[in-house]
Amino acid sequence: MPDKKIKKVVVLGSGPIKIAEAAEFDYSGSQALKALREEGIESILINPNVATVQTSYDMADKVYLLPVSTPFIKKVIEKERPDGIMIGFGGQTALNAGIDLYRSGILNRYGIRVLGTSIEGVERALSREKFKETMEKCGIETPPSGAAKNREEALYYADLIGYPLMVRVSYNLGGRGSAVVWSKAELERELGIAFSSSKTEEILLERYLSGWKEIEYEVVMDRFGNSAVTACIENMDPMGVHTGESTVVTPAQTLDNYEYQKMRSTAIEVAKAIGLVGECNVQFALDPKSYRYYVIETNPRMSRSSALASKATGYPLAYVSAKLALGYRLYDIKNRVSGATTACFEPSLDYITVKIPRWDLAKFDNAKESIGTEMKSIGEVMGIGRNIEEALQKAVRMLDIGEPGIVGGKIYNSRMSRDDIIAALKGRKPYWFLYAAKAFKEGMSVDEVYNATLVDRFFLEKIRGIVERYENRWNEGIDVLKKLGFSDEQLHAKHSATPSIKQIDTLAGEYKAATSYLYTTYNGSDDDIEIGNSGNKLLIVGAGVFRIGVSVEFDWSSFNLHNAAKKYFDEVALINYNPETVSTDWDQVGKLYFEELTAETIEKIYRKERFSSIATFAAGQIGNNLSKTLEFAGLNLFGTSGGSVDVAEDRNKFSRLVEKLGLKQPAWVAATSMKEIKRFISENGFPVLVRPSYVIGGSSMRIIRNFKSLMQFIENYKLSKYPLVISKIISGTEAELDCASDGSNVLGVGAQHIEEAGVHSGDATVVTPFFGGKSAYEKMKAAAVSIASELSIKGVFNIQFIISRNEPYIIELNLRASRSMPFSSKSVGTNLIEYGVKGIFEKYGWNGFYEPKHNAYMVKTPQFAWGSLRGAYPYLGPEMRSTGESASMDMSMGAALIKSWLGASPNRIPEKAVLVYGKTNQEYLNYIPRILSKYNRIVTLEGAEVKGAEPLDKNSIIELLGRKEIDLLITDNDIRDIDYEIRRAAADLSIPMVLNGRLGKELAMRFHGAKLSYNELSSYY
Amino acid sequence: MRKEKAYLYLEDDTILEGIGFGAQKIGAGEAIFTTSMNGYPESLTDPSYKGQLLVVTHPLVGNYGVPEKVYKNGILADFESESIKVEGLVISELTEGYKWNSFMNLDTWLESEGIPGIYGIDTRMLTKKIRDNGVLGGVLSVGAPIKNYKKYLADYEKKNFIAQVSPRKPIEYKNGRQLVVVVDMGVKHGILAELYKLGYSLARVPYNYPADKILSYEPAGVVYSNGPGNPAILKDVIKSFTEVAEYKIPIFGICLGHQIATLAFGGSVEKMKFGHRAINKAVIDMNTRRSYITTHNHGYAVYPSGIPHGSKVWFLSPDDNVVEGLIFKGRNIMTTQFHPEARPGTNDAGFIFSYFQKMINNAR
Repeated sequence: MPDKKIKKVVVLGSGPIKIAEAAEFDYSGSQALKALREEGIESILINPNVATVQTSYDMADKVYLLPVSTPFIKKVIEKERPDGIMIGFGGQTALNAGIDLYRSGILNRYGIRVLGTSIEGVERALSREKFKETMEKCGIETPPSGAAKNREEALYYADLIGYPLMVRVSYNLGGRGSAVVWSKAELERELGIAFSSSKTEEILLERYLSGWKEIEYEVVMDRFGNSAVTACIENMDPMGVHTGESTVVTPAQTLDNYEYQKMRSTAIEVAKAIGLVGECNVQFALDPKSYRYYVIETNPRMSRSSALASKATGYPLAYVSAKLALGYRLYDIKNRVSGATTACFEPSLDYITVKIPRWDLAKFDNAKESIGTEMKSIGEVMGIGRNIEEALQKAVRMLDIGEPGIVGGKIYNSRMSRDDIIAALKGRKPYWFLYAAKAFKEGMSVDEVYNATLVDRFFLEKIRGIVERYENRWNEGIDVLKKLGFSDEQLHAKHSATPSIKQIDTLAGEYKAATSYLYTTYNGSDDDIEIGNSGNKLLIVGAGVFRIGVSVEFDWSSFNLHNAAKKYFDEVALINYNPETVSTDWDQVGKLYFEELTAETIEKIYRKERFSSIATFAAGQIGNNLSKTLEFAGLNLFGTSGGSVDVAEDRNKFSRLVEKLGLKQPAWVAATSMKEIKRFISENGFPVLVRPSYVIGGSSMRIIRNFKSLMQFIENYKLSKYPLVISKIISGTEAELDCASDGSNVLGVGAQHIEEAGVHSGDATVVTPFFGGKSAYEKMKAAAVSIASELSIKGVFNIQFIISRNEPYIIELNLRASRSMPFSSKSVGTNLIEYGVKGIFEKYGWNGFYEPKHNAYMVKTPQFAWGSLRGAYPYLGPEMRSTGESASMDMSMGAALIKSWLGASPNRIPEKAVLVYGKTNQEYLNYIPRILSKYNRIVTLEGAEVKGAEPLDKNSIIELLGRKEIDLLITDNDIRDIDYEIRRAAADLSIPMVLNGRLGKELAMRFHGAKLSYNELSSYY
Repeated sequence: MRKEKAYLYLEDDTILEGIGFGAQKIGAGEAIFTTSMNGYPESLTDPSYKGQLLVVTHPLVGNYGVPEKVYKNGILADFESESIKVEGLVISELTEGYKWNSFMNLDTWLESEGIPGIYGIDTRMLTKKIRDNGVLGGVLSVGAPIKNYKKYLADYEKKNFIAQVSPRKPIEYKNGRQLVVVVDMGVKHGILAELYKLGYSLARVPYNYPADKILSYEPAGVVYSNGPGNPAILKDVIKSFTEVAEYKIPIFGICLGHQIATLAFGGSVEKMKFGHRAINKAVIDMNTRRSYITTHNHGYAVYPSGIPHGSKVWFLSPDDNVVEGLIFKGRNIMTTQFHPEARPGTNDAGFIFSYFQKMINNAR
């Protein structure tokens, strides 16, 4: 039974979404908070990620939007005096913070218990050296390896073990700094990055088990040693590809009873050896030609794979783990799916799940397009089916990369030569299965593809089978093809039959499920739920896979829409397939379809279940793209009509509206011919902003400064088919209004960027409330009201402006939830989504524009992934590149800014030298040495110098960076011709970078002496 | 892959059409389901499945092929008996294996052993049917439809399947000085392997071997094994159990053996609606409060109200209160309803065999 002395618990979050730490920690943190609430324990959450679901009061009793690092956590502890702390629900960030707190003696001083696995246990798992020792003591085999603390030791062990070698890093995130090296020269190149990626500057040199299979088990264990192994995950990719980068199938498919159970028992021994209380994963390398295996590593915390395993099996690992941390026995916890059995069991699956990561590498200039030991993917999807083909093809469509399945898409129909295909497979380009299918189409054998990929033949045969059926599709019955997961689009045919609706119940049908966690399949002959009960039923489209530009904020939107709509509908269901998220938590969502977000699937479910409306406005880009198709197919759109959406999206219609309302906008053209483009340029000149229509997150958006670049941009663009939108760039600052409307009256929250216009709003540092001129703001608010009335907007919308000479120009209108809505909602404690839904059904109680009162500033800082994307050039532009955001509130803008900036990694206040240089925004850059020279040595780059700093050439700077003598870089714009190596060195060595001069100045002014407050979120309202 | 049609007829007049594999013939039995996701070579050869049509809930079966039969000290490694024991196999999808130790594929194996199989069935639908209605008699026909399927249906509860899976004559395995007699009602080789590992010589005797013949081996212990069918009809076995117990010789009853022990000492055994057939189930040791994930394969059960005289509940299922093991104080009898040898299943409860060894050592 739980410890009654625990009354107040701090839960650490994972901070901003970054590569290898995404919404899975929103999900696991939310589950932990739920478990605490059930026990009547007061929960205090520390997480600066304002876009998450967990930072709302539905989940936690108190929320601190503060960086997850010792100085800030200490302040909260001093104030709240909690009894316990949970460090296993916020990824590596929370775990590392917990270890720091423990080592600094703070936990001891305040008598705070670490709930769950002890710090000693965590260290035994995460220190490569201690882990190896612990395993040896227990007689558990790990690959031949040596732990090194410096270059000499590393080279010594490398000689001893022999090449190829796997370089692993202690206490790191997403395999950061790890690599496979084939020679001494390669090893020497990698050592710098490896050591600087480790929190303890400790690395492990390990024999590289090329071609071995990677298998992962999830273990739960209570404090009495009772355990269950709740999932076994099989990576299709072999060892050497990070599990987060692998295509993964659950349950494991190619293991026989003997090896499955041997490794399972070993996984439990590993858990015992580290003293697990809660959950851990244990990774194995398995020889594909014998029963030999090694333990590779363990993570004694909630992880990306534990979130995946929870969704794949229906076993809520985070929830159970939190209960175990509170002292429960495993079998005293209920299985929440069956409602009848206990949590002490191992799920049996009567379906197959396939997880595929999603990469966005093309967004990053120069980024290396090959996957391996370090995580680079930005999101993931999970397809569920009754066979591998169905699950796999669904998953490919879920990626939303324009591929209609394993076959029949761009790559399949490309003119790649055999050599190109083999090169793509060997070079581990993302989405290997598409190239494997192409290889089979070109007549290559399974052996040839195996030799290039080292993917188990069992899976390759499945892909080969799909190709065979597809090439023979005219002779196959359509039923056979649908069973293999082919979409109507792939077959260019409309298939009338609807799929069966099946339930995920953790027990393969043995007990009746009490929850509605559903998927569809063409391999079924009946439904698990009663179909066709009528009533007022809403289906909400979720945000799908995360990519740059669509992240946890849209999960917040769809989840909040689900909660807000419950009041108005008999039944609310949500459809989404992102295994990381809260919105795919069957325990939080009344009815969940874990399914594709394609028009075909949505329409079939909608009609089969007789939904009365469908909501697409909370789902980011996917929802946006679907709304027209769905409305055209006759589905009833919830909220603002597709016609109004069309006015907002169609530049011509929108332009007429702006003119009609007497508002201003920058000159623009949607050109379909070179003639139009030339005319526009001659009238307006350069620079211009160009982009294809219908995009989010600014993908393919560029600032063009001359004809040559313009021609380059257009080269591969089918102009006549898709108009190219070119607009004049107005200099100024950007501002936004996030709004909800009842058709005439508006609830709105204003915000303004620190960086100048031209930096994508998702990459900008954003401040609310609006702090510019009053007259401009009055015009913005008036614009919002007139647009809302003119288009009869019912629901949420967002308007973006450029303020130039105190005059607002409208640059964009979005009739949907915006990326910043959780930020603006939480800055004033008013949920815009809730008001959006309210506005659909009833009138607000005010006339015109209403903005809740701001009693404090909230600032959000983007989180970038430069360190994880080797080779990518770090800079800010009109195309979004950040992965997440950190936010904080305070009484002054500067204090809120500093706190939010420190919440993003690897940011820290500089103590050593600061490097400042740049060719633009120099008036701001020049100001920085004046402020900081009191505290820091200031160096600058020759050729892009700032005043009052010590000029150095590029090589000296890189050397200083290498010696970690520079701990902050401030620069501006894109000057890759002169500083590519400098920015890359800083990224590789995890040195903080500020990539905009205006932001640099704002920060420099507050690094020292800003008066920070450490208050609970609601105290700022 | 062959593509002939196959038909599955159920007692409640459900007819399912699928694709046939394995042998082209008719198989009849009680349709039951297992939720074990792998371990099909072990399951299919488990004699406890005699007289049953096995439905596998995991949709893909055959993924790693079928290994070669390898004997170690006369005991099989990856199979629970010399041949397939189920009357037929019902699955969603038949697959090919490409594993290093695969000797043949599942289809070929079933064909070579004369066992019919059907795939392309919504096994979840079937599982739910069995769950909601209880076990159902079924007839599987590969090749041609049959007119009067009912004539193939036998009354499972009255039939003595054990006679078909128990040896006619004793089989002996030479090993250490001490010998354990295994009363073979369809013993799994996994049980033999565990006992052999402890150093015992083994004598597998026919299920209806009388007590005096069992005792003539001067056994250090006696194991009453698992096996198919209704325990209540096994009067001979119940009798031998009672008589052997008189001599205070350590007895370990596994699965059916646990039910025999219950009946021998006045307890009651009930037919379950659809049984426990899984490798994912917890049992709780009532003495230590420790839980173990174990393998189950039983259609009959003992409940706390029906435990035999002089016994105490040793293991209990936290899900449905089935008595999963008994200890008879002062009588040197221990039983488990679950399978400590697993195969297929976890190694969590393997220690139970050394517990038996301890009982043997203390009895001397």
